[in-house]
Amino acid sequence: MKWHVLRPLWVAIGIVASILIARMFFVPDDFGVHGESFTYGYYRLSNVQEWRDFPIKYQGREYCIECHEENVQALNSSPHVNIECENCHGPGAGHPDDVEHLPLNTSRELCLRCHADLDYPNGGRTLVPSIDNRRHGRRRDCVQCHYPHDPREDVE
Amino acid sequence: MSADAIVHGVEWTTRELFVYPNEFIYWSIQIVMYPFMTGLVAGAFVLSSLYHVFGQKDLKEIAQFSLVFSLALLPVAALPLLLHLQLPTRAMEPLLTPHFTSAIAAFGIVFTAYGLIVLSEIWFVYRGYFVAQVHALQGESALATVMKRSVYRVLTIGAYDVSDGAIKVDKKAATILAAIGIPVACFLHGYAGFIFGSVKANALWMSPLMPVIFIMSAVVSGIALCMLTYIIIMEWQAFRQRRHGGARKASEIKGAETDVITKATRYLLGFLVAAISLELLDLIFRGYTAMKSWDILRSVMYGKDFMNIFVLQYTIGNLVPFVLLLLPGRTMKRTVLALLLVLFGVFMMRWNVVIGGQAFSLSFSGYMHYDIPI
Amino acid sequence: MTCSRRDFLKGVMDRALVATLPVSAFVLLSNDEARAAVEGSKVRWAFLVDTRTCTGCGLCVTACKTENEIPFDAPVTRTWVERYVLTKDGETHIDSPLGGRDGFIDDKIRDEEIDPEDIAKAFFVPKLCNQCDNPACVQVCPVGATYQTDDGVVLIDRDWCIGCGYCIMACPYGVRFFHPEERVADKCNFCYHRISNGMQPACVESCAFGARQLANLEDPDDPVTRIIMTERVAVLKDEYGTNPNVFYLGLDASVR
Repeated sequence: MKWHVLRPLWVAIGIVASILIARMFFVPDDFGVHGESFTYGYYRLSNVQEWRDFPIKYQGREYCIECHEENVQALNSSPHVNIECENCHGPGAGHPDDVEHLPLNTSRELCLRCHADLDYPNGGRTLVPSIDNRRHGRRRDCVQCHYPHDPREDVE
Repeated sequence: MSADAIVHGVEWTTRELFVYPNEFIYWSIQIVMYPFMTGLVAGAFVLSSLYHVFGQKDLKEIAQFSLVFSLALLPVAALPLLLHLQLPTRAMEPLLTPHFTSAIAAFGIVFTAYGLIVLSEIWFVYRGYFVAQVHALQGESALATVMKRSVYRVLTIGAYDVSDGAIKVDKKAATILAAIGIPVACFLHGYAGFIFGSVKANALWMSPLMPVIFIMSAVVSGIALCMLTYIIIMEWQAFRQRRHGGARKASEIKGAETDVITKATRYLLGFLVAAISLELLDLIFRGYTAMKSWDILRSVMYGKDFMNIFVLQYTIGNLVPFVLLLLPGRTMKRTVLALLLVLFGVFMMRWNVVIGGQAFSLSFSGYMHYDIPI
Repeated sequence: MTCSRRDFLKGVMDRALVATLPVSAFVLLSNDEARAAVEGSKVRWAFLVDTRTCTGCGLCVTACKTENEIPFDAPVTRTWVERYVLTKDGETHIDSPLGGRDGFIDDKIRDEEIDPEDIAKAFFVPKLCNQCDNPACVQVCPVGATYQTDDGVVLIDRDWCIGCGYCIMACPYGVRFFHPEERVADKCNFCYHRISNGMQPACVESCAFGARQLANLEDPDDPVTRIIMTERVAVLKDEYGTNPNVFYLGLDASVR
């Protein structure tokens, strides 16, 4: 028997072995099948915690009320009660420690997102009081006349 | 750099009507090249196997040539796939943590296995030559020769037995490897078709015929390229014979060439017919069943991509070379032209699958157009 | 859809079976303990979108981009809002400029004026990742860089993704994209960092109209789960067999 025919086989086995050895070094220990299925559950387990630790930016009004009780209460009793503080004031992460000034948005465009009349016969936009953007207010910022924490009140 | 420029796809995608915000041509020219190149590799191998396994003696000359050709194209085929990755440095991961429910995960393994089979087969076919070279270059002291000899020594992997019995065993091993290689080559390319055919989200790609269509057109392109290269080499030899004179007459070379090409053409035409029939079957079936996606598919195929599909691919790439090869009184020049058109047709088929599949939005309400960035 | 509901109903049935047993057998178990004994996982995140109340303000998109560090001016986004205007001649006009990031304050669609008299109906549809029971995107990932957690959310491992784009191709909803800075696949994960820490997703919190709500399908007392179970809800692209977990109220047949 001519055993030399097996030589390419040894080379092939060597290549496969080196890939398997490389796996031991480069694949993280917690990589594997987690949960029931290989199809949907083959991953690096510690990545789940990495996502849980992703930094939170929007803190919610419970965070704002700690210092700005008066403003939050005005908002809570107004038709704007469902609008989060941070929708206009910007995300509260780092405030007030690092960020003295939040990126407050007082633009006309922000108010128009809900209050521009699109002239639709139905749909969500018709549930909100709206203005004709071309006529009403003449491109001035809405907050010059309307008090955003309680739009029923005018600005003094 | 504007924000637009860094989003993958923005640069070369033009949108029309309603397209989901995240939709772009994510798979572009590299992914067109990948099945095209893999097709050439697989096709060349199948051509060589026609001789090695099925004993088609008339293909002997072109068979050995296409085997080497298949190996030479192999790294080229992997390159576009590598370049298209957003993070090419992580390219080894499909081998490290293969997720086998993904068609791409198999790539590393099938590709490596196929590479090893081709390398081994070539080793068995050329081992005698390697050993002969090691002996012939023995005792010379020029640095280049010494290095050349050591390369040959490595290539023999220490197997210097060139007795009749050993060479006979080599031949047998090559035949067995070629036999194993055919299904692996078909698998290598069939699963390239599977990568597309199994994407249920894409109305154009999703078809169980896709892997078979890919294999057929792969064999067509592989045979065409091998024939083309073979013609060029033979013409070059004939040209040299005419100028310098040699042992064989130019007319003899030409005669042998015509013989091989005539026979290879028969196989080419057979596979071409199979490929076109399957593609047309797919098209007719889509039109007849007229599922939800047919409206947008029709507007792409018969409207926006009509030129690419029906003129460039089917007419210039398939019909014209078919006629050129079948008409009596075929000359070598006409054959070369037909082969070039066949290659172009297969390339356009890959283009129309990869780019055409992304020419319409998943919402079926809009279109995307691909402009090659230069 | 059917599957997740079936699972839920199975849970209810199990509990119903438990309830038929002698009470004394469970006298020492609290409600939660009994539930934990019957079920494996206690959380299955899902989402409810009310297309009837969405005003198309796009504040959800703005909040999402900020919260999840998606470059604000990049044309890709984890969530978006589509506007549908159906005219009386049967035409459907759809747009979502910048994913609706700046809201819809103009009635033109792609610079085309539509006469209000011709409009039959108009509405807004928020879209986000469906966190499918059978995510096609996960099935096709060649390296195991995207996966389903045991609470049902599909996540992407940014340290392991090679950026091949196969998952982007496989998603029938078009929610995936390449993150312009990380250069890996990215998509909505229901703000996994927030919901895992007892908060609401950024888009839910920023919505003033209750058009977006998070649900835990494993908790039958969850008010949003109760809506999903008792109201007539629909899902997107049921035909792909992905079993999506974002449920829609008032979904129109024209929605793609």
